[in-house]
Amino acid sequence: MMIGVSDSTFFSALWQGAETIIILLAVVIASALLIWLERRLLGLWQDRYGPNRVGPFGLLQVVADMIKIFFKEDWIPPFADKAVFIIAPAVIMLTTLLTFAVVPFTETIDVVNLNIGLLFVLAMSSLGVYAVILGGWSSDNKYAMLGGLRTAAQMISYEVFMGLALLGVVMLAGSFNLHTIVESQAGLWNVLTQFPSFVIFLIAGCAEIHRAPFDLPEAEQELTAGFHTEYSGMKFGMFFVGEYAGIVLISSLITVLFFGGWLGPVLPGIVWFLIKTMFFIIFFVLLRAATFRPRYDQLMSFGWKVLLPIALANIALTAAAVVATS
Amino acid sequence: MQVVFFIAALTAIAATVRVITCANAVHALLYLILSLIAIAVDFYVLGAPFSATLEVIVYAGAIMVLFVFVVMMLSINDQTVKTERQWLKPSIWIGPGLMSIVLLVVLAFAIATGNSSAELSSTPLSAHAIGANLFGPYVLVVELTAFILLAGLVVAAHLGRPQPDSARHDAERGKIDVQNR
Repeated sequence: MMIGVSDSTFFSALWQGAETIIILLAVVIASALLIWLERRLLGLWQDRYGPNRVGPFGLLQVVADMIKIFFKEDWIPPFADKAVFIIAPAVIMLTTLLTFAVVPFTETIDVVNLNIGLLFVLAMSSLGVYAVILGGWSSDNKYAMLGGLRTAAQMISYEVFMGLALLGVVMLAGSFNLHTIVESQAGLWNVLTQFPSFVIFLIAGCAEIHRAPFDLPEAEQELTAGFHTEYSGMKFGMFFVGEYAGIVLISSLITVLFFGGWLGPVLPGIVWFLIKTMFFIIFFVLLRAATFRPRYDQLMSFGWKVLLPIALANIALTAAAVVATS
Repeated sequence: MQVVFFIAALTAIAATVRVITCANAVHALLYLILSLIAIAVDFYVLGAPFSATLEVIVYAGAIMVLFVFVVMMLSINDQTVKTERQWLKPSIWIGPGLMSIVLLVVLAFAIATGNSSAELSSTPLSAHAIGANLFGPYVLVVELTAFILLAGLVVAAHLGRPQPDSARHDAERGKIDVQNR
């Protein structure tokens, strides 16, 4: 222990560290369990069983999958760009997990209370593009390459609408701090005042983590497996878990930005946060079960011709409303 | 915090050197992204968190993605790497090296004689302050940037416009002529 550092600061630093590790582990484990949850729910909605053999309700399926994936040969194709090939899956896990650093789970449970929290979220999501682009490029495979190119265009475009949609929320709260944004919703949730923003964020978030119906980068029928065609073993596992961590992330961001985060009557804050986040996670699974995949040009023109004008109009109206009421 | 600043600064310099010396274009771009992120860390330490995140969002996240996007299309193989290495032979370093030394001398002179009281500030610059400045004293610059962006947009729309029917017929006829020949 350093001289001049009192016991209380030492223990608070220790607690902070422990909290960080707990959140990290919780997110990774939740993402892994989500794979099981998704398969069971898809089974339910598509009138079949899904994985129900391993353990109670098939819960241990994740463990079985993990063991399998760890023992698989981690093959790097000889024609691949080795360094980039290894970096790519690490990028998606890094950027997704780093974003959780600024998500306020409750008033007190968070990793860091950053005054530019929302911008940090956008910065990390814009760096996340590299995972897919580099994965696609370094594989030196035409399917992977096409998947990578599609992702680059899709993610850069939808990032724009995501950022613009969030500006309305920022204007109402008057801050980029996610804590302040949650507290500003004490009277009225943002989903009621910023409904267009919410819809755009939901769609753009779906496109950012390239989930169905926006999973064109890995459309099986056209591109075999898209950008991760050449990946195997744990590197594939990282892309896979990274995608589910992305679902948890977007769901918790929707909760924080539009549904009042930890705010709610009677129950403790963390329970409210988990209930709301769980609702959106299940919604994303339902979206996958219920929707079809659009054509690529439809995806791009929907973004630029529909979402962009709505986002801009929403900003103008919100700004006018903020000025009028202040 | 000064330690963080210098670590990030050294990373930025090392990465930038690799941007120039790297023979593989995509690897060079990755080093450039690393350099930009290191500079963002420096911005943050200097008390400008807003500029730091914008550096990551705009430069590392958006502009560099477009660079990578284009470079990805070029097929980079051992042959191109070899050609690139040949271009980097010692004699070509003379001109840029001399110019850089001139710049370094000027910079060193400016630092030595100028007001060197700049230090790490403890009060972070808020987004509000930056916005008030941009749309206050510097509003003309913002408007000029908007002009440039609009011009770029018009050009892009012009290049990407759908071809009129007659032009398409001409193009197809041309193709048939070439085939018949």
